[in-house]
Amino acid sequence: MSLNIIVLAKQVPDTRNVGKDAMKEDGTINRAVLPAIFNPEDLNALEQALRLKDANPDSTVTLLTMGLPRAAEIIREAIYRGADTGIVLTDRVLGGADTLATSYSLAQAVKKISNYDIILGGRQAIDGDTAQVGPQIAEKLGLPQVTYAEEILDLADGHVTVKRRLENGVETVKAPLPCVVTVNGSAAECRPRNAKRLMKYKYAVSPSEVAKLSDEQKAFVEARPYLQLKEWGAAFVEADPEQVGMPGSPTKVKNVENVVFTAKESLRLENNDEQIENLIKELITNHTIG
Amino acid sequence: MANFYTDNPDLKHHLSHPLMEKIVALKERNYTQANEFDYAPQNFEDAMDNYDKVLEVVGEICGTTIAENAEDVDHQGPRVENNRVIYADGTQRNLDACRKAGLMGMAMPRRFGGLNFPITPYIMAADIVSRADTGFENLWGLQDCAETLYEFGNDDQRERYIPRVCAGETMSMDLTEPDAGSDLQSVMLRATEQPDGTWVLNGVKRFITNGDSDIHLVLARSEEGTRDGRGLSMFIYDKRNGGVDVRRIENKMGIKGSPTCELTYKNAKAELCGNRRMGLIKYVMALMNGARLGIAAQSVGVSEIAYREALAYAKERRQFGKSIIEFPAVSEMLAVMKAKLDASRTLLYECARYVDMYKVYEDILRERSLNPEERAEMKHYSKLADALTPLAKGLSSEYCNQNAYDCIQIHGGSGFMKDYACERIYRDARITSIYEGTTQLQVVAAIRHVTTGTYKTLIENYAAREVKPELQAVKDRLVKMTQMYVTAVEKVTTTNDSAYSDFMARRLVEMAGDIVMCYLLLDDANRNDSFTASLHVYANLVEAEICKHADFIAKVTPAEMEYYKKA
Repeated sequence: MSLNIIVLAKQVPDTRNVGKDAMKEDGTINRAVLPAIFNPEDLNALEQALRLKDANPDSTVTLLTMGLPRAAEIIREAIYRGADTGIVLTDRVLGGADTLATSYSLAQAVKKISNYDIILGGRQAIDGDTAQVGPQIAEKLGLPQVTYAEEILDLADGHVTVKRRLENGVETVKAPLPCVVTVNGSAAECRPRNAKRLMKYKYAVSPSEVAKLSDEQKAFVEARPYLQLKEWGAAFVEADPEQVGMPGSPTKVKNVENVVFTAKESLRLENNDEQIENLIKELITNHTIG
Repeated sequence: MANFYTDNPDLKHHLSHPLMEKIVALKERNYTQANEFDYAPQNFEDAMDNYDKVLEVVGEICGTTIAENAEDVDHQGPRVENNRVIYADGTQRNLDACRKAGLMGMAMPRRFGGLNFPITPYIMAADIVSRADTGFENLWGLQDCAETLYEFGNDDQRERYIPRVCAGETMSMDLTEPDAGSDLQSVMLRATEQPDGTWVLNGVKRFITNGDSDIHLVLARSEEGTRDGRGLSMFIYDKRNGGVDVRRIENKMGIKGSPTCELTYKNAKAELCGNRRMGLIKYVMALMNGARLGIAAQSVGVSEIAYREALAYAKERRQFGKSIIEFPAVSEMLAVMKAKLDASRTLLYECARYVDMYKVYEDILRERSLNPEERAEMKHYSKLADALTPLAKGLSSEYCNQNAYDCIQIHGGSGFMKDYACERIYRDARITSIYEGTTQLQVVAAIRHVTTGTYKTLIENYAAREVKPELQAVKDRLVKMTQMYVTAVEKVTTTNDSAYSDFMARRLVEMAGDIVMCYLLLDDANRNDSFTASLHVYANLVEAEICKHADFIAKVTPAEMEYYKKA
């Protein structure tokens, strides 16, 4: 069986080693002082993808990332570990996107890829910690979604069986393909970079990076198609300008402040509309939201 | 995340030695493989970048997976079930990580699936792995055996076995027997030729590291009725054929993750590797030389971790209102540990480069004849490698034991408890000066280079190099130390008493080794200021040692040897 696997990944500032200058005055992240890394849970997702490929060697693992042109770094990183290829979705107009605009843009790119069996991604990124992008992409593509995945147990007959890590235990679910699976940090750690792949692909570059090379280096890359990474813009994925970037992002950061967590009680809600509505009313009344 | 390569700039210093340009150009046959293999380098810079990047992967796996598993592996250890070895869980995870990272068969040619790394960066990986888990370095480092298979096996054997090693199958060298330890001439394992030309092995081997490996190199007696080394041949045993069982594994003091096996061979099918009767005198000698360089690397890795653990503790531990590192008694110990570490490491890489130089010519010789100049160079480096290997193995292993001892000393009472890594380091260090030839046997291998003058010539070559003005004083002292060494050698050789020569051999070899290492450190400090402190500390240390030995040799007469025989 040959599968077409898409792994969604994000290049993020390494918020695990935060100094006092990690945040700018306006409350946004000071990306300049934080090293850019492969979002950790996306590496867990990549490992699940590579295991599917181990079991089905003819499969293709494509990394899809949206970000600055330098996000090509994480594509190389994924290729060193076993991914086949990657696409950087990058465009000035895509900048400033919240999770809604991001998931729209990525969903457009996935549509452009068109031929896929499963989409994997990390549960959430360590810069925003929203865990919204994966589920929103599933919604926009009209696909089933499995969240908090810890292990893909089986993939056969057009279905995937997934073990989910939940608050009070594990749950095993089965979903029809294609579907979106977001993977937890508790899943298997990603395999290391492979020495041969590292030496083979270290000169892989995206078109933006090619532009900065010498003529000799350009010729070197041109002669080797496997070194050519893809870079797509908003127009190429046929994205509606109103739904991407700033215009497509209803979320506006008004202010960021340090909060010391003081809440001592927790409220457990049942999964029904009535209780959720009551909570929202309460939060609006006490001005927590709105 | 810890990275044991990038956190240690000394490694890159040694990797970027000027001789590397020549080694790499020869190893890569002037970069002609790039057309055939997409991961072969285009030029020297590209190759060095490859080594750097791959060592970064080694450093990452070591700093995370392997170092994190080390304690559990030490506690759990391997076990035997149904005559097969089951590794500790951590060991299995370490091996998986190394396989996935493609770090097996690193020095093997690309046509067999290897990375075609020179010995120098490969040995650097061994140095790094040993720092993370000394016992695991054995399992990983047994890929060395593929080198012997490559050198002495035929094409068919190379094609059948080496790709398997590169894909991650493990190896072992089955040499030792209950009555044949240091004295391998006494090996009794019986090899019997079958009518179809294959062989079967029968007998027992003991103390076999990773004895349940996939592919074994076995030393066995092929010539019935012989008693000495000339009746021994080397065989390849493939575990897939069966016939070798693990009877038990040893309960050891250290390197507990590395299974040390007793093996029984019952009509185990095997194939001859190379020529009959050459097993010990040629192949195992070559195998041992490679293995000794590996133990030197392992020892340097132990010295490194011992130094780091001691340093970290000395900074953190407060007594009398300050960190204990602020007490001269402690800081001196740390400075000496670092100097011994730096000295043994610089000798390790000098030796590795010499091995690279002659081995690469030997390999080119398999493709074409060498011109007289190349042939002379091959012989030159072969001799130097032969001279430095026992020094590196012997002295580095002693130093790492001393560093492990001092590491515990700096930890004080806590160091005697099982709570800190230092007690494991101390136990792991202990074997390095014993296996692959005890320090005493390294002296036996090295002493001929004292008497024939190999070391003296090498030292004179080092002395001919210019140094920065501020280092001239150290060099002047080294010239005086060399004179003391030469005088001591003369005294011993002119006495013309072989028992007396044997008695003094260790002292002479140590003197030579100390001077060589100090000159190499001088060279390091000349290239890189970060070695200046170690150079001075080491010069002080060895000058005192050399004076001590010189005095002993000058005063103790052959007649006094009687007093040493009464015990």
